[in-house]
Amino acid sequence: MEAFRTLTSRTFVLPQSNIDTDQIIPARFLTTTGREGLGKYCFHDWRYGQDGEKTDHPLNHSDREAERILVAGDNFGCGSSREHAPWALKAFGFDAVVSTSFGDIFRSNALKNGLLPVQVSPETLTLLMEQPATEVTIDLEDNEIRFGNHVERFETEAFARLCLLEGKDPLGVLLDALPEIEAFEQRAGSMS
Amino acid sequence: MSGKTLFDKVWERNVVAEEREDRPAILHVGLHLIHEVTSPQAFATLAERKLKVRRPDLTLGTIDHSVPTLPAKEGRLAYTTKAAEEQVARLRWNCQEHGIELLDLGDPRRGIVHMVGPELGRTHPGMVVVCGDSHTSTHGAFGALAFGIGTTEVGHVLATQCLFQRKPKTLRVQFEGEVPADVTAKDMALAVIAELGMDGGTGHVIEYAGPAVRGLSMEGRMTLCNLSIEAGARAGMIAPDAVTLAYLQGREGVPADFVSACDEWLSLSTDEDAVFDKEITIDASALQPMVTYGVSPHEAVPASSLVPLPGDLTSASALDYMQLSAGAPISSVPVDRVFVGSCTNGRIEDLRAAAAILRGRKVADGVTMLVVPGSEEVKRNAEAEGLDLVFKEAGAEWREPGCSMCIAMNGDKGEPGQLVVSTSNRNFRGRQGEGVRTVLASPATAAASAVAGFIRDASAIRRRAA
Repeated sequence: MEAFRTLTSRTFVLPQSNIDTDQIIPARFLTTTGREGLGKYCFHDWRYGQDGEKTDHPLNHSDREAERILVAGDNFGCGSSREHAPWALKAFGFDAVVSTSFGDIFRSNALKNGLLPVQVSPETLTLLMEQPATEVTIDLEDNEIRFGNHVERFETEAFARLCLLEGKDPLGVLLDALPEIEAFEQRAGSMS
Repeated sequence: MSGKTLFDKVWERNVVAEEREDRPAILHVGLHLIHEVTSPQAFATLAERKLKVRRPDLTLGTIDHSVPTLPAKEGRLAYTTKAAEEQVARLRWNCQEHGIELLDLGDPRRGIVHMVGPELGRTHPGMVVVCGDSHTSTHGAFGALAFGIGTTEVGHVLATQCLFQRKPKTLRVQFEGEVPADVTAKDMALAVIAELGMDGGTGHVIEYAGPAVRGLSMEGRMTLCNLSIEAGARAGMIAPDAVTLAYLQGREGVPADFVSACDEWLSLSTDEDAVFDKEITIDASALQPMVTYGVSPHEAVPASSLVPLPGDLTSASALDYMQLSAGAPISSVPVDRVFVGSCTNGRIEDLRAAAAILRGRKVADGVTMLVVPGSEEVKRNAEAEGLDLVFKEAGAEWREPGCSMCIAMNGDKGEPGQLVVSTSNRNFRGRQGEGVRTVLASPATAAASAVAGFIRDASAIRRRAA
């Protein structure tokens, strides 16, 4: 898995709350058997009109190289379990999302794809919303988000954090537990 | 020490390794449901790592999301894209390769992934059920711990039959009193989501309790649990009782020793002195048929009320998208299209409720209506009861089973700007087609709206006839 330690980049702000995964990638683009190439569908229906032409949405004018931190309103990534959402966000050029809260399944999916969900206080989110394109450092080693003179600690589930810091694949750890899993199944009996 | 909740008991039964500070618990999965959309990348991971599916016997595949609901012409289904057809073929190949049972096209047991587990008796109380689909919460109606997972985790479960999981918090939704006539499980669910808000359940597993929940059929309980995710809760649960056991009895996948399994399942109920992290109470007797007016399921009000003013719960942009005016009666909103179906409301009871309104009536001029059974079993039963004829005579289309317009990835969708009254689960912008405005409702309300051409609950239609 791709490692994540520290990221310093400028922010891109989407002020809306409750941005659901259908907005992040509409369902009609889920008929793929791969993980790659989903960047072009990221926020597709915000970025393109029904005529297929690019809209005036700020996402179409964002600097994809320099603005790798997405700042968004509360409850980002609610809705469907599609992992295509973090795949699309990563391919579009985001490496972290900052919000006050995240949909549970989105958060879990993002952590497995090197897209760091950073949960901050409403005060910090307001500051970030007020100053788009701010340079921000997200430090997973110190669990801190820093910009200007502002520092806030954030929490990341300990195992997911370790996997991100070390670029470790959780499946390997689960496979190491196979003897325990087999013993459990023998105890449970009826599952044989 | 206080007692245990239903959730605690189910969790404990399935923990392989307790959680530690540096590692979540390892949870064993009793039923892993897979479908064409969220599984191919997981199988690809297995192939890359030369791993096998560890427990094909506890894995069940079906085809539902991208399959057309129009019957095949000259042996060919009209897939929207070649990619959709290839995705279905990939699932078929993956299931064959790994010895997984697949309810393929043409199989009389096929249906939406959350229909088939219960119908085949594969969903059991006390079990962990997962699927790469957020509406997996449906199976919680049986007292299972059931939740949606991402594709990486689908790969974990395929390879090990387990997944890492931090223990969630618990939330009890207590319904006091009985529901009035015309109030369905869908209305109860929309009322819960309106109360909790879109993220009020985040990080929690909901247990639904109270006489109004006990009074629901299994179909209704599945509808209620199905919508848990729309309040942010990954899972919703209802303690098993006589209704649960009666539903399961005689179904293909139940344990051979059904009687002793039943005793065990009944012991899963929440202890009287158990403590929940959070509790809310809802007065069931005050509930009315509900509809949504915004772009999130929590933006819901009684169908007989007014479009709310923008405020804490409703953004002005939601009303703009919906082209609704604050303060206008909901009943003044014209309808273009009606969809009855989905894992939320595509069961036999749902179709009966819609048919009861449509019998002897017509879908209003200018309104189109699509009725899509959730599974082959539902389709067969509905046709045996003549419900298909009721729908057709009323002017609605009767289709083959699938997710259809709920997720609109198979070609079934609304046109830009159309207002669709839908029995599905999400009214997100564009969910049912680009620019489509979705109003979530129960099957009875959807059918009543189809007849009236405006948003109506069933009682309004009956008053008109009287």
